[in-house]
Amino acid sequence: MIKQRPSFDIAIIGAGIIGTAIARELARYQVKIALFEKDADVGQGTSCRNSGVVHAGFTCPVGSLKAEVCMEGNRVFADFCRELDVPYKKVGKLVIARDKEQIPELYRLRYVGQENGVDLRIIGWDDIKKMEPNVSAAVAAMHSPDSAITNPYLLSIACAENAVMNGVEIFLNTAVRDIEWKESSYLLQTGQGDYRADYVINAAGLYSDRIARMSGEDNYRIYPNRGEYYILDNNKSHLISRLIYPVPPLNSGGLGIHLTPTVDGNILIGPSTEYIDKRDDFSTTVPVLEQLLKEARDFVPGISAKDRIRSYAGIRSKIVPPSRGGFGDFIIKASPTRETFINLIGIESPGLTSAPGIARYVVNMIDQRENLRRKNDFQDSRKANVVFSELPETDKVRLSRENPDYGEVVCRCEGITKGEILSALNNPLGVRTVKGIKYRTRATMGRCQGGYCLSRIINIMQEAGMEFTDITLNGGTSRLFSGQVKGVI
Amino acid sequence: MSGDLLSCNLLCEEERDLVIIGAGPAGLAAAISAYRQGVRDILIIEREARPGGILNQCIHDGFGLHKFSQALTGPEYIDRFIKEVAELNIEILTGSLVTGLSRDKVVTVSNRKQGLFRIRAEAVILAMGSRERSAGAIGLPGQRPAGIYTAGLAQNLMNIHNIMIGKRAVILGSGDIGLIMARRLTLEGASVEAVIELMPYPGGLQRNIVQCLQDYKISLRLSQTVIRVEGKDRVEAVLVSGVDDRLEPVPGTEERIECDTLILSVGLIPENELSREAGIQLDPATEGPLVTDSYSTGVPGIFCCGNVLHIHDVVDYVSDEAEKAGVMAAGYILRESRERSGEDRNFIYMEAGTGIKYILPQLVKPDFRGEFSLRVEKPGKNVEILFLAGDKVLFKKKYYRVDPSQMLRISCPDGLLTGQDLVAGQPAAVKVVVE
Ligand SMILES: Cc1cc2nc3c(=O)[nH]c(=O)nc-3n(C[C@H](O)[C@H](O)[C@H](O)COP(=O)(O)OP(=O)(O)OC[C@H]3O[C@@H](n4cnc5c(N)ncnc54)[C@H](O)[C@@H]3O)c2cc1C
Ligand SMILES: Cc1cc2nc3c(=O)[nH]c(=O)nc-3n(C[C@H](O)[C@H](O)[C@H](O)COP(=O)(O)OP(=O)(O)OC[C@H]3O[C@@H](n4cnc5c(N)ncnc54)[C@H](O)[C@@H]3O)c2cc1C
Repeated sequence: MIKQRPSFDIAIIGAGIIGTAIARELARYQVKIALFEKDADVGQGTSCRNSGVVHAGFTCPVGSLKAEVCMEGNRVFADFCRELDVPYKKVGKLVIARDKEQIPELYRLRYVGQENGVDLRIIGWDDIKKMEPNVSAAVAAMHSPDSAITNPYLLSIACAENAVMNGVEIFLNTAVRDIEWKESSYLLQTGQGDYRADYVINAAGLYSDRIARMSGEDNYRIYPNRGEYYILDNNKSHLISRLIYPVPPLNSGGLGIHLTPTVDGNILIGPSTEYIDKRDDFSTTVPVLEQLLKEARDFVPGISAKDRIRSYAGIRSKIVPPSRGGFGDFIIKASPTRETFINLIGIESPGLTSAPGIARYVVNMIDQRENLRRKNDFQDSRKANVVFSELPETDKVRLSRENPDYGEVVCRCEGITKGEILSALNNPLGVRTVKGIKYRTRATMGRCQGGYCLSRIINIMQEAGMEFTDITLNGGTSRLFSGQVKGVI
Repeated sequence: MSGDLLSCNLLCEEERDLVIIGAGPAGLAAAISAYRQGVRDILIIEREARPGGILNQCIHDGFGLHKFSQALTGPEYIDRFIKEVAELNIEILTGSLVTGLSRDKVVTVSNRKQGLFRIRAEAVILAMGSRERSAGAIGLPGQRPAGIYTAGLAQNLMNIHNIMIGKRAVILGSGDIGLIMARRLTLEGASVEAVIELMPYPGGLQRNIVQCLQDYKISLRLSQTVIRVEGKDRVEAVLVSGVDDRLEPVPGTEERIECDTLILSVGLIPENELSREAGIQLDPATEGPLVTDSYSTGVPGIFCCGNVLHIHDVVDYVSDEAEKAGVMAAGYILRESRERSGEDRNFIYMEAGTGIKYILPQLVKPDFRGEFSLRVEKPGKNVEILFLAGDKVLFKKKYYRVDPSQMLRISCPDGLLTGQDLVAGQPAAVKVVVE
């Protein structure tokens, strides 16, 4: 007997911001959608390892697909975040010229930006000083009021949760290993069984070239390019109030090491740009970390090594080889042999910003063939969990007295309560990892980095029925503990 | 509804003579001594389920040598104080985190039973202890897989939760907790591949080097550091490198050590979030509050002792210091010595000069008769510690051997500072140097 395979209208591979945003956008229509993710949670790839900036669009070449989807993304981002209940702050950006030689580049950027329709203004040192009193002397800057910040990992989670609310099925810990065209649909082989689908959307980020190869397209190649960061203590949040960028270095393939305030009050320093061999080598390195601190201090002398609380790295999925450098355009194309296989390749910066635009672009491609029908019961909003520390005091008092779990503070650095840990642990995606809790609550992300709260989180996970030997940092073999100490009965 | 609660919250503030934040060795000893001075309305607030502080997880012995002339385990040492506090009927509110402290001594507390509430105190003693410096704070390079723990967290997981954290460990940093954990892991059947120390000398006490490393043949590698953590899911190895005089890695000296666990023992940081919130000035050298000889911070009525004031290596000295702070807080409450509360500006400023990392108290009265606590910046043999007023040597003390890991205590000789001219409103400085 042939085992019946679960079958879907559309299979999306990769639950980064691109895959989850597409899933959510497609969920508006009457289609059966599966989203496959190899990791234990959504958004654990590049989508949680970036600057979290909603770009205004002045670095995208005029007429490019990048410019189109980035501009659309920037325009709708505030609404997107409001519907999904994810932080968004329109803080604005200064691109700062430190010497006269850089001024022409400022004007060039402004020209590109204005062609794309971005609101930009060149200002002098007096204005810079007024806006950002802690930056060191500069000659001029370009101010972009429409640049904003968001929380990139919460955004992937929110898109995924909203997609699930609207019927999308998400398969975590499920790597797509091969795809075959068989009996007029695709057969997706995963580590967890086979699935059928009529459409495949390849949103596999750094691995998108490999997925494309499964459709018979071998002309794509991803060149991983790493960017390292430092995160600073949120007691230094007063140092800057908007995004502080240098004039982008020529042909670097990055935007230069910049200072980014996060929605949680930390400052990010980075990212560097470096082509590397392996796409999963998220190492930070001694020379780059030193460089980050140095460049940041050149910009804002008030920053010191004592303010660091963590380092991390993200990897850009570049389609331009190291020999060429710079940026390529986004590729969003159906496979020439099969129009129902859509590849998204080279979605590097500003991919986060462009996600809503890219999602609509992909849906339009399918709509043009299928004439998709809208659902009439689509729910476009999703509520985030309570963030106790951000509640007004009256609500804090009420909630902590109504429910003891909100009276018990688990993370003292960020003021996170047991109630929040429990909501995160019982998330709608069924993720039960320490990082799953971390990204949903910020626990372990503060200045002590889990020194205080980790053992408490483990306790809560045990109370919820998990064996401590099964507790992982991020799924797979990332077990935290090896067993019990001797002599315990 | 919520409006009612809010006004209740603001109006029904409980009032206390003395609130002590933290029921570790410092908080408990301070409570007992304040009680003995006559203060009765005392509340100790502790976030853990039971009092005792860090000592609850220190199941090794070596505590109490100075105070009780006995080698006790951490729990045995602290039990004496817990019992005494119970006998005196001093109230401890456990499972309660202090989340806020204002300049006018309003303490915000949160717990499961009462939710969020406030207490107004006549005087406060800060005894919050310290936290560990994390991997991020030292810019540890490489991947971030499972299996990286700070030493105190590892100690907590193993000794309180009975959880074994790994089988093959490398320890970065030779602070006391790391040394203790090297032995503990070995006794639990794990192999400790090496203890790696950036500096040319160890960070922990000599006795721990002998008892925890040498006795177990664990190698201590000085002037080395970890330049990369490897492993995608779980730690697989660390790359270790020698460092030069400027503490920069020396190319060509790398060595890869396989392990599944990396333990960090790279320092403790006094836990002063609440102090900052209350507007208390900190000393960058100790990372704790700047205090007068009455252990008063810059905010009148807020006192401070233990690891939150400066990192101690021997708990007995914490108890001593806390007793003094308790006496001073009691004096403040009983209004015997309001003028000692920090409002009076006629202090001599003790300046940490060449070779001295810090000296405490930082501000003393000319008639000070107590004890100075200080640490040197680097190890030395046959050194003299000089107290200078300008070029004039007021006092000197000889040491055969000094170590940054060992806190020095120097009793202020009678009349040492009395001759010092005090300019009104401007503290005179006495400089302490190593020669
Ligand atoms: C250093 C850096 C800084 C950046 N800063 C910004 C910024 O400030 N603003 C901005 O707009 N953009 C920024 N970007 C770009 C942005 O982060 C990316 O464009 C975006 O995150 C890409 O999302 P994605 O979903 O395509 O990729 P990913 O998030 O990598 O998602 C791909 C997913 O596919 C999964 N996957 C791969 N193979 C398989 C398989 N075989 N089966 C199942 N699942 C699979 C992966 O596990 C992963 O979860 C930055 C990028 C970097 C690297
Ligand atoms: C691992 C380790 C090994 C040691 N080994 C030795 C040794 O062998 N011999 C020796 O003599 N000394 C040793 N010491 C030193 C000694 O234990 C410490 O110096 C001493 O515990 C410091 O006492 P404390 O009360 O200042 O801080 P802690 O013991 O840290 O107590 C602080 C208390 O305050 C509570 N607290 C903090 N913030 C709040 C808040 N906001 N609200 C409520 N409660 C709060 C904490 O939960 C804790 O109970 C060791 C220390 C450590 C960490």
